[in-house]
Amino acid sequence: MDLRDIQSIRAVIARGKRWDVIFSLLGLLALMTGVLTFVALFADMTIQGAPRLSLDFFTNFPSRRAGEAGILSAWVGTTLVMLTTAMAAVPLGVAAGVYLEEYAPKNWVTDVIEINVTNLAGVPSIVYGLLALGLFVYQFGLGQSILSAGLTLALLILPIVIVATRESIRAIPQVIREGAYALGATPWQTVRDHILPYSSAGILTGVIIGMARAIGETAPIITIGALTFIAFLPPAPYQETLPFFNFDWLMAPFTVMPIQMFNWTSRPEAAFQANAAAAGFVLVLMTLAMNGLAIFLRYRLRRNIKW
Amino acid sequence: MIPATTSARLKKRRTRHLRERVIEGVLFLAASISVFTTVAIVYILVKESVVFFQQVPLKDFLFDTQWTPLFDDAHFGIVVLLSGTVVSSVVALCVAIPLGTIIAIYLSEFAPFALRELAKPFLELLGGVPTIIYGYFALIFVTPLLQKIYPDLPGFNLLSAGLVMGIMIIPYVSSLSEDAMRAVPMSLREGSYAMGATRLQTALKVVMPAATSGIASAYILGISRAVGETMILAVAAGMQPNLTWNPLEPAATVTTYIVQVALGDLPHGSIGYQTIFVAGLSLMLMTLMLNIVGHILRKKYREAY
Amino acid sequence: METTANAEQLVAKAQAQNLSFYYSDYQALKSINMTVHEKKVTALIGPSGCGKSTLLRCFNRMHDLYPGNRYEGGIRLHPDNTDLLSPDVDPIEVRMRISMVFQKPNPFPKSIYENVAYGLRVRGVNKRVILDEKVEEALRDAALWDEVKERLDDLASNLSGGQQQRLCIARALATEPEMILFDEPTSALDPIATANIEELISELKEKVTILIVTHNMQQAARVSDFTAYMYLGELVEFGATDQIFIKPQKKETEDYITGRFG
Repeated sequence: MDLRDIQSIRAVIARGKRWDVIFSLLGLLALMTGVLTFVALFADMTIQGAPRLSLDFFTNFPSRRAGEAGILSAWVGTTLVMLTTAMAAVPLGVAAGVYLEEYAPKNWVTDVIEINVTNLAGVPSIVYGLLALGLFVYQFGLGQSILSAGLTLALLILPIVIVATRESIRAIPQVIREGAYALGATPWQTVRDHILPYSSAGILTGVIIGMARAIGETAPIITIGALTFIAFLPPAPYQETLPFFNFDWLMAPFTVMPIQMFNWTSRPEAAFQANAAAAGFVLVLMTLAMNGLAIFLRYRLRRNIKW
Repeated sequence: MIPATTSARLKKRRTRHLRERVIEGVLFLAASISVFTTVAIVYILVKESVVFFQQVPLKDFLFDTQWTPLFDDAHFGIVVLLSGTVVSSVVALCVAIPLGTIIAIYLSEFAPFALRELAKPFLELLGGVPTIIYGYFALIFVTPLLQKIYPDLPGFNLLSAGLVMGIMIIPYVSSLSEDAMRAVPMSLREGSYAMGATRLQTALKVVMPAATSGIASAYILGISRAVGETMILAVAAGMQPNLTWNPLEPAATVTTYIVQVALGDLPHGSIGYQTIFVAGLSLMLMTLMLNIVGHILRKKYREAY
Repeated sequence: METTANAEQLVAKAQAQNLSFYYSDYQALKSINMTVHEKKVTALIGPSGCGKSTLLRCFNRMHDLYPGNRYEGGIRLHPDNTDLLSPDVDPIEVRMRISMVFQKPNPFPKSIYENVAYGLRVRGVNKRVILDEKVEEALRDAALWDEVKERLDDLASNLSGGQQQRLCIARALATEPEMILFDEPTSALDPIATANIEELISELKEKVTILIVTHNMQQAARVSDFTAYMYLGELVEFGATDQIFIKPQKKETEDYITGRFG
C-alpha cells in the first residue's frame, strides 16, 4: 500500500468532497423543511383567514354565527393577562436575577435556587396549569380570573426572565462594579445606578421573548378552566370618580386569543375554521412581531456594546 | 472634625446598612420564588394524587388497559395515556432529531457566515410560534395532505400531530446542538483538517464526538418538549383515550387528557378532578427521569477537550 | 567550508517563491523566497508577530479554512514541482502530503489508537491489520509505543502533556507524509518533555523533511540544520544554522541572536 500515491490520494479526496456536497445539500434541505413548513403554515392561515380579517373581526364578540363572530373579548383578555404577567414576572425575575448574580453567596441555598430555576424551565406548561388550578383557583380562591391566568403565565416565564437578567448582568465587566465600589457606593447603589441600567436592554430582550412565549400559551390557561365563550368585556380599569382607576378587572372571567382560536378550531363547521385561521393569523403576527423585536434588539445590542 | 457631624454620619451609615440588608432580603425572597414554585407543584400534585390512590390501587393504575375515569365502570390504566404520549413523541423525534442534528452540523461546520446569521433568528421564530397554531396546521393542512397518501387515515391521528410537533421541536434540538459544536475549540478542527480530513469527516469524527454532552442535552430537551407538548395533540390527535402503538390512529396523551377534563365541568374534589393531577404527576416523573438521564449523560461525556 | 561540502547532497523539498500573504487587507508576509531541504530540519525564528507561524501555515494551506485570507506567489513542492498554493491544487491534497503538529497538543477526544489511525481512516484505510501495523510503527517512531502499548484504547486526554504532543507527532507520522510542520511544538511543555520532543525531531529527520517554528533560539540552534530569521513579515536572513548563529551576515539577525533585540 502506498500512502504517497497521488492518484489514489486524489480519488479519496474526490470521494470525500462528493460527500461534503451531498451533506451540504442535505443541510439546506433540512433548513428548507423548516422554512417551507413555516411558509405553508403562514400562507394557509392567511388564505383561509383573509376573508374574515376586517375591522368588525376585532370589534365583535364571539358569536354562534361564524360570520358575526370576532375576537374583541380575546384580544382585550390577552392584553390584560399579559399586563398582569408582566407586572408579576418582570420585578420578580429581575430581582431574582440580580440576587443570584450580585448578592448570592456560594452555598447550598444558592445551589438549590439555581437548580430549581434550571429545572423549572423544563417543566411542561400544562403542569403550571395544574399548579394554578390547585393553588390559585381553589387554595387562594382567586377563581378563573385574569389574575389567576396572569400569575400562572408569570411563573411560567419567570425562568426565562431570570436567565436573561443573569446573562446580561454577567456581561458587565467587573471593573464597572469595582469603579462604583471605589467611589463608596453600597451594593444596592451599584446595582441601581450601574448594573440595572447597563443590563436593561438585555433584560428587555429576555422579557419580550418570555412574553412572546406567554401570549401563545394555551394549555395552562385551559387547565385553570378559563371560559371559552365570553361575550362581554372585563370592567374597565378606569372610572369617573376618585381614585379614577380600579382593579376589578383582575378578578373578571376572560378569554384569550389562543383559547378563542382553539375553540373555533374544535368546531366542525368550516365557517368557524376560517375564524380560527384569522385569529391564528393575528396571533402569529403578534408573536412574530415580539420575537422580531427581541432579535433586532439583541442584534443592536451586540453591535453597540463596547466595554 | 466636628463631633456632631460625625455622629450624624455614623447614624446615617447605620440606616444605610439596614436598608441594604432589607433590599438584599427582598431580592432573596424573589429568588426563592423558584423554590416555592417547585415545592408548590410537588405539593399540589402529590396531595391530589394521594387522595386518588386511596381509592384506586396502584396495581390497577399501572396495569389496567383501560382509561375510563368518568364512566360508571371506571378504569384507571395510565398505560392508555402513556401509549399516546410515547407514539406521538417517537414520531416527533424521528423528525426533530435527524433534521435538528443535520441543521446544527450544517450551520456550525458548513454554512457561510451570512446564511448562519439569517438561519438562526429564523429558527428562533419557528420555535416561537404558539403551539396552538401548529395544532391548527396539523389538523387543517397536514392531515388532509396525509389522507391523499393513506385515504383511510382518520381526521384525528397521532401521525400528523407528531410530524408537526417534530418540526416545532427542530429549533430546540438544532440550537443547543449547534452551540455545543461551536464551543469545540478551533484547535481540534485544525488538527483534523491538517490531517487532510474533509469538512464532513471533521464534523462527524471530531466535532460531534467532542460535543457529545451538549448534543445529548439537546436531545433530552427535545424529548421532554415532545412529552410535555399539549395543544398540537389536543387539536390534531383527538382526545379519546385509546391504547394503541399505531400512529395512524387517534389517541389521547397524558397532556391532552388534562385538557379534555379541564374543558368539561368537573366538580372540585371528585375522582375525575383528581385524575388530572395524577396525570400531571406522571408527566412530572417522566420529565424528572429525563432530567436525570440527561445529567448522567452529561457526566459521562463531559467535554474532553 | 562545511556548508559547501554539504551543498552537493542537498535536495530541495519545497521552495517558497515570492510568497506574500494577506489577512484581508493586512499583509503578513512580504515576498518570501526560501528553500526547505529534504530530510533536514529548517527552523523559522523571529520575534512574535514576525509572520513565522503564518509562513508555516502556508505550507499546508491552513489559511484556506478562514475567509478573507489570500496568497500571492507560490510554494513549489518537489520532486513533482507542484505549486501548493495554486487554486487548482486541493488544500486537502496538500495536507495529506504535509502533516502538521500544533503549538498546544490537540489530541482528538478519542482513544490513543484512533487518534493515530485518524489520518489513515480519512484516507479510506479501514483494514484492521494495516491500521494495527501503521499505528504501532508511528507510535514507535514517536517514541511513545512503550508507554502506551498496554492502553491503546484509553482516551488520549488521559495522557500527560508531553505524551499528548508525542501522540500528535505519531498522528502526523502515521500517514507517511513528505514533510512535517511543527508550530512551536514545545511551548506548552515542561523542560523534560521539551527535551524528549527535541530529541525526537532530530531522529525524525532521517525519514522526513521538517519545518519548525520556534520562539526559542536555543531550540533552533539545537535541532535545526537551517535557520531563517524573519522580521515584520520579511525573511531577513536564511542559511545553515551554524552560520546564522555564529556569523550572521546581517546586523538585524545578529542583534536578535545576541539578545540585543527581541
